[in-house]
Amino acid sequence: MSFPWAEEYKPKHPAMQWLDQRLPLPRLVYGAIGAGYPVPRNLNYFWNFGVLAGAALAIQIITGIVLAMHYAANAGVAFDSVESIMRDVNAGWFLRYAHANGASMFFIVVYVHIFRGLYYGSYKPPREMVWMLGVVIFLLMMATAFMGYVLPWGQMSFWGAQVITGFFSAIPVVGENIRIWLLGGYAPDQAALNRFFSLHYLLPFVIAGVIILHIWALHIPGSNNPTGVEVKGPQDTVPFHPYYTAKDGVGVGVFLLVFALLLFFAPNYLGHPDNYIEANPLSTPAHIVPEWYFWPFYAILRSFTADFILPAKLWGVLAMFGSILLLFFLPWLDKSPVRSSNFRPVYRVFFWILVVDVLVLGYVGGSEATPVYLMLGQITSGYYFAHFLIILPIVSALERTRPLPNSITEAVLQGKSGSRMSETAVDGNVAPAE
Amino acid sequence: MVSLILRYINYIIGAAFAFVLLIALWGTASELITNPPKATAEEEFHLEPEPLALHSDGPFGTYDYRQVQRGFQVYKEVCSACHSLKQVAFRDLEKIGYSEAQVKAIAAGWQIEQPDVNKDTGEPATRPNVASDRFPLPFANDVAARAANNNAIPPDLSLMAKAREGGPAYIHSLLTGYTDPKTFTHDGKSLAKEFPDFTVPTGLHFNPYFPNLNIAMPPPLTQDGQVQYQDGTRATVDQMSKDVSAFLMWTAEPNLAKRHATGFGAVIFLLIFTGLTFGAYRNIWRGIKH
Repeated sequence: MSFPWAEEYKPKHPAMQWLDQRLPLPRLVYGAIGAGYPVPRNLNYFWNFGVLAGAALAIQIITGIVLAMHYAANAGVAFDSVESIMRDVNAGWFLRYAHANGASMFFIVVYVHIFRGLYYGSYKPPREMVWMLGVVIFLLMMATAFMGYVLPWGQMSFWGAQVITGFFSAIPVVGENIRIWLLGGYAPDQAALNRFFSLHYLLPFVIAGVIILHIWALHIPGSNNPTGVEVKGPQDTVPFHPYYTAKDGVGVGVFLLVFALLLFFAPNYLGHPDNYIEANPLSTPAHIVPEWYFWPFYAILRSFTADFILPAKLWGVLAMFGSILLLFFLPWLDKSPVRSSNFRPVYRVFFWILVVDVLVLGYVGGSEATPVYLMLGQITSGYYFAHFLIILPIVSALERTRPLPNSITEAVLQGKSGSRMSETAVDGNVAPAE
Repeated sequence: MVSLILRYINYIIGAAFAFVLLIALWGTASELITNPPKATAEEEFHLEPEPLALHSDGPFGTYDYRQVQRGFQVYKEVCSACHSLKQVAFRDLEKIGYSEAQVKAIAAGWQIEQPDVNKDTGEPATRPNVASDRFPLPFANDVAARAANNNAIPPDLSLMAKAREGGPAYIHSLLTGYTDPKTFTHDGKSLAKEFPDFTVPTGLHFNPYFPNLNIAMPPPLTQDGQVQYQDGTRATVDQMSKDVSAFLMWTAEPNLAKRHATGFGAVIFLLIFTGLTFGAYRNIWRGIKH
């Protein structure tokens, strides 16, 4: 695992030597996130977001376990039990707002983490498995977040569950039966709420397990870096601890600051007022919208309004799942041997168009489906698929990339490490070292 | 043939999605041109809430307990006839400045009693409220609520300030926003002229702050002096409406002041913490080009 010059774990204290011979857990930690893991020296702050995602998961699990001690997964009392947490449980308001906004923070950092991977080509060989496991984590996160949003049993919880489980009824012939089987009834009710709670408690630990695989797979080739050039020797790396533990510490501090501002001063900003109304199967809200982190996918779903061979609804569901599943094939859709977009002048332009495209999709998904927004959504959805399935394969095959630095160290010593996304960093025309 | 399809499968799938989206786009666009959506009275004449300044606004907001107490009086004397407040307990009133004795008196004197059973016969009965009780429901069940209110259920008010876009500002605007649809104008346009067919269904009341313009609730605050404030504040309709909005903000978010104070401390701590981690980071990386 990792590089030959990685520091070996040498316990000094007899007790640690004793432990190391029997259960080398400290050795594992030392090699994974300690001084035994050499990391490229030129990582920028965008490489903090993996650790931040881990921190967000930890916060969700801790606050979630305590909330589960007070929450009652019963359709008759779920809404009131959440309000009781807010009013009567010591610091209950803190726990609940931390958990609800923690989910948003988790998605914010994961989206930055994903787009960092897209920009710097972190999905390319030899890190395909790291990327694919990341997509698995993302899918699990979406399922967990969806089921968690159902638990307070507000209007958006109920109607969101109604809409999302409705996807399955788009499957031809057996769809409706699958939907009823998943819900345990014809509509979301006691059975659905109870199983969603069970799964919402289970899936975060599955996520934690897949994260271990994600990090394991990462540690085989080691981290990518802003130049995308592979590590060539010891001069290119620094030990993870203390160098990146210190840098991640700064990231965690900033993350917690943003989190605190949201939690303490705008805890309902990202939520929907309708979820403070208890679920009522007889009263449909005027506009059913999911949480903000699903908006781009909701926009894709809604964009398919025309029946063509298949019913529009089935197209929408296929496209929505397809928009995530296609990420599994990204390492093979992108044929360019150069990883970092700093050295890919054409792809870099399309990357930023994609960022704008997804932001517009998000905006459309959160808005009412008026004809104008619908058309905007249809155009941006089309571009999303075109980007990954058509533009990227062609551009990556034809593009003339800029010359790469010979090594990370060379790039760093010439001040062109790419650790800042400035024009000097991407100019790329590196002269041979003298 | 199959290998050819597999080789270009990404282009085929991408083109398929793009093509179906183009058809959908064509459909949406032609629908928009041939059958443009007609403007509705709700779209043209629905008003956003007027801004309302409360002591609880902003990152340092706390509650003005005198105002919240006045708002409680409005709730007690006006709203509570129809609207429940089921998430709030009488004991919670101690948090807005009432003494324990006052809370006991308020609970004991509350008009609607708590459902109970007769200890001897087991028959349904009622008993006076105690401080630990939540505010009792004004109607025994939804059927009774509908029957008494022209087939509309008066919503619970505990969370109203968080359950509507605009929060307390919406409540204030709604309570003071009843007006005559015949003379109502907005942006220089007259409702009666733009939508001559617009009528208010029997039993409903015109209110431009309500999403569909017609609300089942009759104007609850109709005249100045409807309640007699103990602290000498003049009970104008506007004042009563502001006070009850402040009260409902408190019922929706009783821990707001504590949350703001905790948050202030947390942010100060995190600023110092982040500063220290940044110092440590600079120190550790000193002399290493990266």
